[in-house]
Amino acid sequence: MPSLGATYGRGGATTAQQSLADSDAILIMGSSMAENHPVGFQWVMEARNKGATVMHVDPRFTRTSAMADIWAPIRAGSDIAFLGGIVHYILENERDFREYVLHYTNAAVVLRDDMKLPDENEGVFSGWDSQTDKYDPETWLYKGEKKKTAGGTQPGHEEASGGHAQDRGGEAGDGTPYEMDMTLQNPRCVYQVLKRHFARYTPDVVEQISGCPKDVFLKICEALVNASGPEKTAAICYAVGWTHHSTGVQIIRTAAIIQLLLGNIGRPGGGVMALRGHASIQGSTDIPTLYDILPGYLPMPFYKEDGRSLDVYCEKHTTETGLWHDFPNYFVSLMKAYYGDAATKENDWGFHLLPKLTGDHSHLGFTLDMMEGQVEGMFIMGENPGVGSPNARVQRKALSKLKWLVVRDLVEIESASFWYDSPEVERGELKPEENATEVFLFPAASHVEKEGSFTNTQRLLQFHEKAIEPPEDCRSETNFVFHLGKRLKEMAAQDANPIHEPLRAMTWDYPVEGKHEEPVVDVIMREINGYTTADRKLIGDFNNLKADGSTASGAWIYCGMYPEEGRNLPRAKEAHDFLGHGWGFAWPKDIRIIYNRASARPDGSPWSEKKALIWWDAAQKKWTGHDKPDFGPTTAPDYKPAKDAKGVDGLAGDKPFTLHPDGMGWLWVSSGLKDGPLPTHYEPLESTSKNSLYPKHESNPAAEKKIRSYNDYAYLRDERFPFVLTTYRMTEHHTAGGMSRSLPHLAELQPAMFCEISPELAAQRDIEHGQFATIMSPRGIIEARVLVTNRMHPMKVEGKIVHQVGLPYHWGSKGITTGDSANDLLAISEEPNVRIMETKALVCNIFPGRRPRGKEALAMLKDLMRETA
Amino acid sequence: MITHPDSPFKDGVKPGTTTAFFTDSTLCIGCKACEVACKEWNQIDSDGYNWTGFSYDNTGALGHSTWRHVKFVEDAPVAGVGGWAANHDANFSFSSDVCKHCENAGCLEACPTGALVRTDFGGVFLQPDICNGCSYCVTACPFGVVQKNPDDGRAFKCTFCTDRQNAGLHPACATACPTESIMFGEINDLHERAKDRLQELHQRGIDDAMVYDPVETSVGGIHAFFLLRGDPRTYNLPPKPEVPTIYLRSGWRSAALAAGLMAVGTVFAFLSDRNGATR
Repeated sequence: MPSLGATYGRGGATTAQQSLADSDAILIMGSSMAENHPVGFQWVMEARNKGATVMHVDPRFTRTSAMADIWAPIRAGSDIAFLGGIVHYILENERDFREYVLHYTNAAVVLRDDMKLPDENEGVFSGWDSQTDKYDPETWLYKGEKKKTAGGTQPGHEEASGGHAQDRGGEAGDGTPYEMDMTLQNPRCVYQVLKRHFARYTPDVVEQISGCPKDVFLKICEALVNASGPEKTAAICYAVGWTHHSTGVQIIRTAAIIQLLLGNIGRPGGGVMALRGHASIQGSTDIPTLYDILPGYLPMPFYKEDGRSLDVYCEKHTTETGLWHDFPNYFVSLMKAYYGDAATKENDWGFHLLPKLTGDHSHLGFTLDMMEGQVEGMFIMGENPGVGSPNARVQRKALSKLKWLVVRDLVEIESASFWYDSPEVERGELKPEENATEVFLFPAASHVEKEGSFTNTQRLLQFHEKAIEPPEDCRSETNFVFHLGKRLKEMAAQDANPIHEPLRAMTWDYPVEGKHEEPVVDVIMREINGYTTADRKLIGDFNNLKADGSTASGAWIYCGMYPEEGRNLPRAKEAHDFLGHGWGFAWPKDIRIIYNRASARPDGSPWSEKKALIWWDAAQKKWTGHDKPDFGPTTAPDYKPAKDAKGVDGLAGDKPFTLHPDGMGWLWVSSGLKDGPLPTHYEPLESTSKNSLYPKHESNPAAEKKIRSYNDYAYLRDERFPFVLTTYRMTEHHTAGGMSRSLPHLAELQPAMFCEISPELAAQRDIEHGQFATIMSPRGIIEARVLVTNRMHPMKVEGKIVHQVGLPYHWGSKGITTGDSANDLLAISEEPNVRIMETKALVCNIFPGRRPRGKEALAMLKDLMRETA
Repeated sequence: MITHPDSPFKDGVKPGTTTAFFTDSTLCIGCKACEVACKEWNQIDSDGYNWTGFSYDNTGALGHSTWRHVKFVEDAPVAGVGGWAANHDANFSFSSDVCKHCENAGCLEACPTGALVRTDFGGVFLQPDICNGCSYCVTACPFGVVQKNPDDGRAFKCTFCTDRQNAGLHPACATACPTESIMFGEINDLHERAKDRLQELHQRGIDDAMVYDPVETSVGGIHAFFLLRGDPRTYNLPPKPEVPTIYLRSGWRSAALAAGLMAVGTVFAFLSDRNGATR
């Protein structure tokens, strides 16, 4: 999450779910935690039983609201207005945790005189270029801060980047030098700028934009603020209900700002809990399946920019002070893990072997490329885009433009059967006999049929054992990828073409075991952990990684999970304290609550006995306490760095955010975010409401709509689509349903696609409970059973009643229970920082009765589109 | 885990202990993990795939193929009031229902074949291999728990995971529950916890909380008791369940009376006949 990365330094959740039990208040927003993270929710229940106030802000009253003290309904897509209102409340009433804010955040830093806020600049920050629809972040820098010039654009602002490298925080910029006004009176200091920027987010405006009654909103502000301070802490939990917006990163940024102002980061019971979508989603960004980062959030080099040479690349991403000073150590160690002896000092550790990015190769970017016929083949593993990805109609059609497609899954999913069994076939858009895509369906082993590790939501690695051998032809991913790589390497060895040099150079020598020649996971994990290249001795700490080729590590942040021979910490299952130490391994360094230096006062003593986590032991001259210190273990609180000190030694003893070059939490992000240094309320890309705050830029100007004939949008306040559409999942199903719709005991619990609407909307559209309704957006048409429920509320927004239609998205044409896919209605759009689509706030229309079959369904949609707005 | 860390019970089930379920519905998040765990362990079929429209509940009720069932009760929530707000009635609640394993079990008393037995742990166990499908237990259950499987004609219900308990394990549903809503343990221990919890909830302003354990009726208490909010009838639980056999005495009395009356009538008929003949 670049928002957490840009604000705190690392993209991961800042705390452990166990620590929620110690919270005095928990705000759950952008998540139905009880439904989608029921196991982790036990610690929310524990906190509640101890007297914590649990709050749920959501367009629907869900099973999470049922567990909460306060439920605040909001219109989908108004999150920044709501959270910005909380920021306003804190600043207006001076309820910030002043000592924490002064010492641990950049509140006192003075900004440049030429920086302009959206209120002073027609709804955009200074630096907006309306020709290219992009920001130049230069005016956002601290006053006096040097602009990075190495490697082309400012780090984090590359044209083709997906922005995930900002998970590493430090990439954003150097942050130094800077001047501070510790009185916070300078009108150009961050604190005052923040105050001015959020001045318009008053409780009245919050009510007007979000529809949440003012008194309910204020109840939440008070509960949150009253549960913060030296003696108390409050936590915020979110999930994709925040990320899946065209302003997703900035929504999370607003929460991150709130937690800094309230002094809730690095402390027990505090933090921002980024709840991940499923089992190893955190792991899939740590050791990424993303196109723009390498393991450990090292950025992919860009063609012609920092991809020119190792020196340029390292210069761009290395900071003078803070942890990222050691960037070359991590990168060179990765290259040694990838290429072994083929990575030498002479050949720049094989930098030329790495692919260089040329464009947007994100899932959405390449789907559009596929649609244009620019992609030949594709592997689908652990995903079902034909049901689970936005504009699923286009997803399925794009698959038909491939020459070949490999699908590995437990069952035959819709992404494998699209060519003979899909709405497109029913409607005559795809004809099986004309399909040119060769589909290879491989049976996959389930999690009990293979061993390995999951990295869950709180950066926690947990090892799972193989219980039984996979049946018949089923194989693990490790097995498939290893043997595929082996064959590719054999082919490359026969072919002298220089394009195959990276394949030839790659080390791929894992031993295998068993009748299926399964690669030994333990050996792969050792390589990820890291070892010395000379004698393959395990390395227990990433501080011991080197840039001279003497160490190799497949993901520096995982270094320490195998601290020494014979110890596999992810396998450990004996928790011995309230943070779960002894159970699994949390990166980095088994720290459960990161930035925990902030749990102590600047002088090193705990803020309070009750909330003590780590503290300075003056006698022993080291940090001690309940967690491993996320800080120099012997760096004294009064340590002052020498003028030319580098790396973490360049940070003073009271700077907890060591990944940032200034060691502070960033209320203001001077570079690294593509849509502004502070969050701003923009309407969703499709909205039924107007943006009265910034009428010149109603939606996020930096977001990309990717408008195509097959990816069309409604106009602003389009009368053809008068209702808000939001999607979500149910406890009973797993995402696109491949793992649940095929199992009787899960399928029976939610056996049909349905929509949730309020009694008022049902009456208005003459729709009957229990019957069918047809729902249309500019992209598609689906039908669903109707659940009329009082848990859906009409909202009064900008003086107008807004109705919302809720849709779970689990169904497709395969499995025991089938149904239309909600994703047929969604658009492919890209949030500017991470290129994620907007699934939580769009527009639609709803009619009673089933949709027509076959071609007539499309005709009905066409008729609606033809109506003039 | 489901037992309290201090409980002597935490290491497993000791033979001869009287065990129970205490289902605290104020802790239930409606995830239905108990239903799934039950069906997986006991290898029960699905109920079919019928969308009911009753909130998120599509398995409907306890029956031959559903031995744990989470009931969903919806009301009309208002802005600002969550389901846990003090001094408000519940607005969206869930409760995991199960066979009550009654102290005086109607099913057990009605069973003519001895298929229903009391286990060492105090539960009521239905032995499917002895059941003859007469369905007396179905009508005798005051809670409507037992149901006949139309496919093979036999009756089925919760086994109290007697097989697991015999092996020292806790029942599957309680093991799967992520929020300790389903607690399993020694019955007196759980009674204490229910009492404490009720007091705690009332102090907190959850005024509509009550413990459902009909000790004062002929059922004489149950081995699966509940903490509920509001009227038990909302959760399909009878406020005053009775074992049908309590009607035996009045039933026999009525029968005897009827027989007597009939005998008298018959005698009269003969007498009047004789009278007529005399006339």
